[in-house]
Amino acid sequence: MARKGKVKIARPDWCKVCGICIEVCPVEVLELGNTRIQVAHLENCIGCENCELSCPDFVLKVVEDDE
Amino acid sequence: MSKAKTLLLQGDEAVVEGGMAAGADFFAGYPITPASEIAEGFAEQLPANGGKFIQMEDEIAGMGCIVGASLAGAKAITATSGPGFSLKQENLGFAIMVEAPCVVVNVQRVGPSTGLPTSPSQGDIMQAKWGTHGDHPIIALSPSSVSETFDLTVTAFNLAEKYRIPVILLLDEIVGHMREKITIPPADELEIVNRKKPKPEDKDNFYPYEETEDLIPPMPDYGTGFKYHSTGLFHDKTGFPRGKTEDAKKLMDRLMGKINNNLDDIIHLEDDLNGDEDVVVLAYGSTVRSAISAVNQVREEGIKAGWVKLKTIWPFADDYVRKLAEKVDRIIVPELNMGQLIGEVERVAAGKAEVTGINRYDGTLITPADVVAEIKGAL
Amino acid sequence: MDVNIDKYLRQDKMPHIWCPGCGHGTVLGSFVRAFDQSGLDQEKTVVISGIGCSGRASGYLNFDTLHVTHGRALTFATGVKMANPELNVIVMTGDGDGAAIGGNHLIHSSRRNIDITVVLFNNNIYGMTGGQFSPMTPTGDTATTSPYGNIDQNFDLCELAKSSGATFVGRGASYQPRKMIKLIKEGLLHKGFAFIETLTQCPVNYGKRNMIGGARDMLKWQDEHLVPDKKYEKMDPEEREGLISTGVLYQVSKEEYTDKYQQVINNVMAGESNE
Repeated sequence: MARKGKVKIARPDWCKVCGICIEVCPVEVLELGNTRIQVAHLENCIGCENCELSCPDFVLKVVEDDE
Repeated sequence: MSKAKTLLLQGDEAVVEGGMAAGADFFAGYPITPASEIAEGFAEQLPANGGKFIQMEDEIAGMGCIVGASLAGAKAITATSGPGFSLKQENLGFAIMVEAPCVVVNVQRVGPSTGLPTSPSQGDIMQAKWGTHGDHPIIALSPSSVSETFDLTVTAFNLAEKYRIPVILLLDEIVGHMREKITIPPADELEIVNRKKPKPEDKDNFYPYEETEDLIPPMPDYGTGFKYHSTGLFHDKTGFPRGKTEDAKKLMDRLMGKINNNLDDIIHLEDDLNGDEDVVVLAYGSTVRSAISAVNQVREEGIKAGWVKLKTIWPFADDYVRKLAEKVDRIIVPELNMGQLIGEVERVAAGKAEVTGINRYDGTLITPADVVAEIKGAL
Repeated sequence: MDVNIDKYLRQDKMPHIWCPGCGHGTVLGSFVRAFDQSGLDQEKTVVISGIGCSGRASGYLNFDTLHVTHGRALTFATGVKMANPELNVIVMTGDGDGAAIGGNHLIHSSRRNIDITVVLFNNNIYGMTGGQFSPMTPTGDTATTSPYGNIDQNFDLCELAKSSGATFVGRGASYQPRKMIKLIKEGLLHKGFAFIETLTQCPVNYGKRNMIGGARDMLKWQDEHLVPDKKYEKMDPEEREGLISTGVLYQVSKEEYTDKYQQVINNVMAGESNE
């Protein structure tokens, strides 16, 4: 699988705080905020895209570091 | 140059000839007496002309299928009888809502339920108007002969295409199954109407349900790049629901308006009146034949009688009947039902003329003698 | 994943109305990515959906889209495909829409092997109307219309589609989006009737009511119960108990319906011109 970069909250306004991304993240990058998801440990991100592909609300996207 | 051809046909077969002449290229349906001959005819003729026929798993599917075909650009038709017409009602309402042109033939048999499958009836007049739920516009035509069946099938397609609405063609079993001589005019003598389509350059600023001046928005075929949405929910000009009540009113007013603004174009009728009638027989479908025969008979006896033949049942010819009621003493409405369209005549006549019915609902015909008796009894 | 979601989603309709944690968005996302990978022409594609939560899918997708009556999406789709076989026709339906009220159309569309791709969102419940049991609610489960436990048997929809004549049958799950993307892509490219059941969680009206829990717990449940089709095939019936296979479950090549009808047209027209 592509490991081209790290996760980014691409569409924060669409987040419904369901926590699915946390469930599917193998390295505990994400945490729940009050109204949206937060990137807590970006350094851990391996760019596996599990969160991007699982998020039902198109909130997360793995992007190249310089994007 | 094509030539006129003279044939001996059933009414059901005349629907097929009329449909083909009007440019029908799609039929979907389900077998049912007394309308199966229509499916059989299209099954034979459509592929021979590059068109498509599909027999679906049920009546509901037949209706859904022609609406899908219509949205993809086809001139589509289905045919059924009472029980099937009941099943088609939900998707008929959907067709009205998404404004998909199509033709629905109902060869009426006696109901309710399975009823008398091979006997004539005009029992679906009100169902044609109100069968699907909610307020809605509808156009329904009813022929009284095989030749008129051909003509009105062409008219049904033309009105459907012009006004983006399903048009119901109400035959009764008599008209559907009787054989008469019919002369089919050459193709170039028929007026054929096709739906208005948007121009490719309108793609970027396209509203599929826009309130155009004529209230009939242009309709693109699927696959031509407009990428538009249609739904049975109340929607605004974009085609999407917003859940706003003002959108519901606006859409309903436009759907009704596109028909009500064009009544002269949509309402077809014939009459034979001298202007001094005491009594007029107002009929539609096969009962017209007995009405005309009866009027001719009593005229020879010196009775001042006339007849009116409604070819368009819905929308009802309010203005015409209102004026008629001001001029005559009595209007007789023979119907193969317990009295359906007579209610409309009474509503419009509003006491200015006496309105009486002749009603048969046992699967037998109304004879000229029945009408003569009513005319004489009414004098 | 390198796909321009914006191209396929109607941005002004987002965010969608599905509940927090609902798996439908994951299926929608998988579809969009699969469509992008399929190389099919967006402008020659029609997406048709029925009524219920799944019915909302068409409105979010930037294609020619049609949101029809309850259960009837396949009938409209059949009309579109028959009228213009050049169009890619996709039906999005649910377990109530597709397996209950629309069950007969599923059987007969499968039987015809007409080139339509069906994505059935199976969340085991009627979500939109408030949690009544569907033909996919497992026996014994609780729903608002089975407060004492559901006595109905549920379908195996993939077996139903296969035995009815579908030539591509697969099952995906919201816990396995990568696999689901691949599955939907293969279904889109399959010539013939492709039936894809996608397991999607309804935390609000199914999971919480049946002690599975919220969205995250429901995904854990999927993780514990899903088995790849190849592995499932090798298992004994006792081992299979309670497990669900995912992947391409069946695929054969058979002549497609609109192709067959075109052959009828060609034959009849050739015959006519020979007269």
